[in-house]
Amino acid sequence: MVPTEPKYGHTRNRSGLIKPMSIRSNRLAGGDLIVRSQKIRFEFNGRKYTGFQGDTLASALMANGIDFVSRSFKYHRPRGFSASGYADVSSMVQIDGDEDTPNVLASVTPLSEGLTARSVNCWPSLEFDVGTTLRLLSPIIPAGFYYKTFMWPHWHLFEPFIRKIAGFGNAPNSIPVRCFGNSYDYCDVLIVGAGPSGLSAGLAASRSGARVILADDMLQPGGGLLSSSATIDGKSGIEWVSGVVEELDANPSVTRLQNATAWGYLEGNHVVISERSPTPENLLRRSRRVWAKQVIIATGAFERPIVFENNDRPGVMQASAVSSYIRNYAVKPGQKAVVFTNNNSAYRTVSDLSRAGISIAAVVDVRSRVDDHVVQVASQATDFYQDSIVQTVYGNKRVTGVGIRSRETGRIKRKIDCDLVCVSGGWNPIVHLFSQSGGSLDYNEQIHAFIPAKSLQKSLVAGAARGRFNLRDSLRDGFEAGQLAAEAIGLPVQAQPSLKVIDRFDAEYSIEEFWSVPPINRLGKAFVDLAGDVTVNDLHLALREGYESIEHLKRYTTAGMGLDQGKTANVTAIGIVAKHAGVSMAEVGTTTFRPPYTPVEFGEFAGSCTGDVVLPYRYTPMTEWHKSAGAVMFEAGARWVRPSYYPLSGESMDQAIQRECRTVRQGVGIYDGSPLAKFAIKGADSETLLDLMYTNSFQNLDIQQGKYGVMLYEDGRIFDDGVTFRLSDDEYLMSGATGNGILLETRLDSFINVERPDLNVLFAPVTSQWANATVCGPLARTLLESVESDIDFAADAFPFMHMREGVFADMPVRIFRVSFTGELSFEINTPARYGLDLWTHLIKAGDQFDICPIGSEANHVLRVEKGFISLGHEVDGTIDSYDLGMAWIVSKKKSDFVGMKAMQIRRNSDDTRQHLIGLLPINSSELLPEGAPLISTIKSTRAEGFVSASVWSPTLDRTIALGLLANGRERLDETVYANANGTIIPAIVCKPIFYDSDGRKMRM
Amino acid sequence: MLLIRCPWCGLRSESEFHCNGEVRPIRPHSSSLTDQQSVQHTCDRLNFKGWIEEDWCHSKGCGEWFRLNRNTVTHEIDQD
Repeated sequence: MVPTEPKYGHTRNRSGLIKPMSIRSNRLAGGDLIVRSQKIRFEFNGRKYTGFQGDTLASALMANGIDFVSRSFKYHRPRGFSASGYADVSSMVQIDGDEDTPNVLASVTPLSEGLTARSVNCWPSLEFDVGTTLRLLSPIIPAGFYYKTFMWPHWHLFEPFIRKIAGFGNAPNSIPVRCFGNSYDYCDVLIVGAGPSGLSAGLAASRSGARVILADDMLQPGGGLLSSSATIDGKSGIEWVSGVVEELDANPSVTRLQNATAWGYLEGNHVVISERSPTPENLLRRSRRVWAKQVIIATGAFERPIVFENNDRPGVMQASAVSSYIRNYAVKPGQKAVVFTNNNSAYRTVSDLSRAGISIAAVVDVRSRVDDHVVQVASQATDFYQDSIVQTVYGNKRVTGVGIRSRETGRIKRKIDCDLVCVSGGWNPIVHLFSQSGGSLDYNEQIHAFIPAKSLQKSLVAGAARGRFNLRDSLRDGFEAGQLAAEAIGLPVQAQPSLKVIDRFDAEYSIEEFWSVPPINRLGKAFVDLAGDVTVNDLHLALREGYESIEHLKRYTTAGMGLDQGKTANVTAIGIVAKHAGVSMAEVGTTTFRPPYTPVEFGEFAGSCTGDVVLPYRYTPMTEWHKSAGAVMFEAGARWVRPSYYPLSGESMDQAIQRECRTVRQGVGIYDGSPLAKFAIKGADSETLLDLMYTNSFQNLDIQQGKYGVMLYEDGRIFDDGVTFRLSDDEYLMSGATGNGILLETRLDSFINVERPDLNVLFAPVTSQWANATVCGPLARTLLESVESDIDFAADAFPFMHMREGVFADMPVRIFRVSFTGELSFEINTPARYGLDLWTHLIKAGDQFDICPIGSEANHVLRVEKGFISLGHEVDGTIDSYDLGMAWIVSKKKSDFVGMKAMQIRRNSDDTRQHLIGLLPINSSELLPEGAPLISTIKSTRAEGFVSASVWSPTLDRTIALGLLANGRERLDETVYANANGTIIPAIVCKPIFYDSDGRKMRM
Repeated sequence: MLLIRCPWCGLRSESEFHCNGEVRPIRPHSSSLTDQQSVQHTCDRLNFKGWIEEDWCHSKGCGEWFRLNRNTVTHEIDQD
């Protein structure tokens, strides 16, 4: 009979606090990586513990008897340490304190004085977790549950709940005390991994004189050698490693990085490394971007799991991790062990368990025939079961036993008490970086794993990363890779030293393909991906639902998509799929490995580029004046900060805007137009360029005359509009929308360099070179005439759409008669350094005319009254000049301009077009919301257009709006309705102009 | 990230450059195109798998335009 799981809450006392657990030290004697003389105090879930220098958070917790550290992602199941290093995707914690960090793996976090960590994914506490009730819902959260279960009536109904219970830690609230850094490095040979092959490669490359970077993601160099019992030239693994490291560190051409993960292999032989404990110490992390002539991938291999029921219980661990905890940290991961394997490597762990004094209840091997050497090692266990498998694990917060059976029969033969299950399903070469680099993978039938095949970039793979699991082979292979890399960059090749490698455990790596034991009970859970809570049943369900491609299956079930990133889950998932579908592993193939290999903090991408530095704001020379005048400033696009309106004391926003509008219509206002995009264009073919870029003709423009133009993309959509003046025979000044400056620059640049390099024309952006004070209103001329200037402002001497150059209040100026408000208007441009002087001079001179500064809001109201279009409001990418009622702007004479063909092709189709129209709400005080869809009857659900701009017009003393409406020009005087989130507002369609329709005032 | 040789500035990081896509003939005159050809010119690209010639601009550097041969599979660059 299978024991039932204990009910939740039984370990709590009545006050809800967890009973103090007996402090039991799991520390053994020895431990190669810990320094017992240096005690380190740390805190976990509010309790104080001690560990040693050299411990990881995981080893220190385990030594203190803590084996249950987190709750799982989907089902909130108890999780402990399943592996060591980056393969341990289940022991995720949150680090608190000044540098609080979510989603940290306890198994790779070095223990440091005062470290404070806590469990994630549980509330209110790890032991008693409300989310655990989800377990009861598990039948309705199968594979793809996001797509299936929460569809009705709408996903958004469920989202807040799912957001709360899913996910892991908390994002940090504060900016870390220490900062993130970036560096750009160049080297001859980059070696990833400082295990036996990586270190050998380092020796070979550095002895050749190469500039070497050796990056390793563990806290100490050595990789698998650290927990190996082998000797090299009579030295232990650790002694040999120190010798090599000493030689490398003495070489100034070698940069050795420890606790540094190479997480991305990008194009251009470019590898991104996350340095997690960089020097100097005021750096929290450093992102190193390395360009290497040759990259040697010596990343080693991950032990993989065998999937069986409850294989996620704390106490189920990878066999190699058990060895590592015993040998390196002198930690006893359990008291009584069962070993479950399909290959020979787990027998090393059997020896290690035995030497650590941990009793071995049983060794369970799926194979029916094993080597004599292995049988001899297995004799250290109480029982040795061949041709047998672990069917299930008992226990909840800790393993209490396993049920085993023979491979043939489905019934559990024996139950064995234990608190530790050491599992080995074989080894997977870590091919992430190689695959990211574009290299292809082959399935190797000998070792039942994917190994690198063809390299696409300048990379070599060495050692266990290409399936050379034997230490002797691995050392030799690494040195050879170093030699090949040196040779490829033309350096002298150094001879391979002969090493005498003695391994007491000398059995060949021999493996039988075996992936999973499906649970007998349909509700049983056997986990393929611990990080994403993906079970064997999820994979089978997805296959039954027709997800046959491994790429689809991965996305649908999320196997290997989370923290795991294919470290432990992928090959097993492929194996299960292959077996289920009855095809070979090679036929199923692998999914694409993508960076990052391990989680990377956002700060590493940003480096020191944070806050205001990311996208600096742009200010005009008059900005400080606006601020001191009390203007409300805002970002007006392209990072320009502009005045929105200038409220007087006690004035509301609406009152201020209306006052500013009335001033312009009745007196004189002044507007800071400096951000307007401006380009100087020069060359014999300037006119040809303008004729190509604009839909209307720029031929025969007089010097000092200007013209409004509309520019299209080649696909016929409107791109920009603005006024261009002719300065001299071959010189023009083009203006464009404020927010479009950079786009326009890029467009002009590629046009004259790539599309029409034959044109003899140059351009330069001059936006910030000029300050622009726009004086507008019926009194504008009178004001300018009161200032000392050599320019004649009389209407016949200086007509509309013309410009004059001269001196104005002792400042050099270019003055343009252009109007965006519909009033008499002069845009006075002066070199930026005079901007503030010009502005204050005008304010002073305007005092007698009651001049007032106006902001962008008033400007918007005034242009809507005039029906002038604004990019982003009336122009949205589907609208062309005809729709805007601007047929006149498309030249009938020109045979070519950008976008001409595309616009004609579109015009030739008989689709109904939306036209620019005006809207007068029937209730003259009701404001139509901008963006509201327009419908033709109250009940209609079919949008026939939308409100593009809507304002209260102080000039008309009522609300007005502009909009786009299907066939709008033929529907004048019709009543349409704006649907404002359910409130229906009726409005009359009219011509899109509400003020001075013949344009007399601006030509005055 | 690629390292690209700007004719003025030497080897620089890809992030300083703007790629304008594959090299194409000078923009044809609209009147010389049928509707079909016009659509092809505007929308169609070879999108070739292998070596192609591209226009690049050192847009965040000196502003120089130049051409380079790039392998779209291996990202190798041949600029000499």
